[in-house]
Amino acid sequence: MALYSETVMDHFRNPRNVGVIDNADGVGEVGNAKCGDIMTMYLKIDGDTISDVKFETFGCGSAIASSSMATELIKGKPVSEALQLTNKAVAEALDGLPAHKLHCSVLAEEAIKAALKDYYDKHGIEYDHSLFPDCAHCEGCE
Amino acid sequence: MQIYADNAATTKMSRAAIDAMLPYLDKVYGNPSSLHSAGQRASEALVAARERIAGILGAKPQELTFTSGGSEADNQAIISAAKMGEKSGKKHIISTAIEHHAVLHTLKKLENEGFTVTLLPVEPVTGLVTPQQVADAIGEDTALVTVMYANNEIGTVEPIAEIGAVCRERGVLFHTDAVQAAGHLPIDVRVQNIDLLSLSAHKFGGPKGVGVLYARRGVRLTNLIEGGAQERGKRAGTENIPGIVAMAAALEESAAHMDEASAHLIPLRDKLIAGLARIPHSALNGDPDKRLPGNVNFCFEGIEGESLLLLLDDKGVCASSGSACTSGSLDPSHVLLAIGRVHDVAHGSLRLSLGTDVTEAEIDYLIAAVADVVSYLRGMSPVWRDLQTGKRAYIL
Repeated sequence: MALYSETVMDHFRNPRNVGVIDNADGVGEVGNAKCGDIMTMYLKIDGDTISDVKFETFGCGSAIASSSMATELIKGKPVSEALQLTNKAVAEALDGLPAHKLHCSVLAEEAIKAALKDYYDKHGIEYDHSLFPDCAHCEGCE
Repeated sequence: MQIYADNAATTKMSRAAIDAMLPYLDKVYGNPSSLHSAGQRASEALVAARERIAGILGAKPQELTFTSGGSEADNQAIISAAKMGEKSGKKHIISTAIEHHAVLHTLKKLENEGFTVTLLPVEPVTGLVTPQQVADAIGEDTALVTVMYANNEIGTVEPIAEIGAVCRERGVLFHTDAVQAAGHLPIDVRVQNIDLLSLSAHKFGGPKGVGVLYARRGVRLTNLIEGGAQERGKRAGTENIPGIVAMAAALEESAAHMDEASAHLIPLRDKLIAGLARIPHSALNGDPDKRLPGNVNFCFEGIEGESLLLLLDDKGVCASSGSACTSGSLDPSHVLLAIGRVHDVAHGSLRLSLGTDVTEAEIDYLIAAVADVVSYLRGMSPVWRDLQTGKRAYIL
């Protein structure tokens, strides 16, 4: 199908880092079943490094590919770098997404941010709350 | 294995239709409105095709108008009946919640012009509407009842002859969108009390871009396209002769083989339904018996339809889904919602519409392929994980 780039289809067909991390340091879940996509991100953090990351996604091809790409972009990176991950970076790394699928990359960014926030909260680490604005509702949830 | 299981979207042209069409591309290519012999040969083909199609539908040739397809026929049927009603002060139209958008969007437009529209709810799961519901909804000001013969998504076959009888008795025009039914289910406009009927050639082995509007004698059509005097002045534009001739051939062929096609398809369809029903937390959409011979539609809990389609495509299976991601909107299919499927499970729907040449080996392959993909996607779905751990309650 020409709907998606080859990179999207590769990450959709062979998603990287699928699964669950037991006793994860941070878990983030965004989206809802009514909208048709939910992403869950699990982080293992050693010192300041994201030593492992796994995801589970209920959603369309681009939602699965966006989750997969997002995990690849933060794996092994310092937490500070993961916090800078944008939906744009996810979409670009996938060689683009169709306009009506860009919200999938937004969801991937939000899932990672939610997992990082959970890590800070769980471990009692002080952080700048402005880094985690309230859920920017996707238009589908309105 | 390559299996095209999206015949409700469109069919491949039948050999008979292609053979019938070819001479009209480069040999008999005149304009039927022309006086010369080249034009007259085309005109003769048009007359003959109209007679053949009319014969199959139980209509008179002059009651048929050739259109660009099912959508145009639906639009013209509904607008014509509305305009007729308006003349006598009747501005109420009855339809159902599961009609095709060609019907629903036309009704919406009429609503904006001051008509009142009643969309009858359908029975949960089956999608059936009853003649009694129609009878109860008819009022003094009802101009038209429009109910589809068979639903394009869930395959449910509505009791249109009985609904037609109710309309006839109450003196209300009855239109049926027979786009999915034509060529697959018997049609006789007289016996079934049909005043207006729409069909589309590419759903039964004919070409895309051509259809028919049947309007009983006495039903005055309103033009959607103005111009020349083609189609008794009711639909301007040079007739699509190759398409019309091919449509006649395709309809003739499918009508002639309808019984054997059904006898072949129904057991295979039911085998596919039984096979997919063995997937845990799945459910058939539509009526199990009052159903198009080639239609299978399921919801699978915990997964999303677009991923399902993409992975099935990788396995050589062409199918369709009613999920939001495949509908191009934010909501899943209005048909699935109307039969009571909530958003969460409507996103995980799959329609397989079988071709008449499908084999038992292909059915076995479809069952295995779908079960495989559903299980794989569930394995990475947080929704499925929540269902399994009891954090979320199963709907199906």
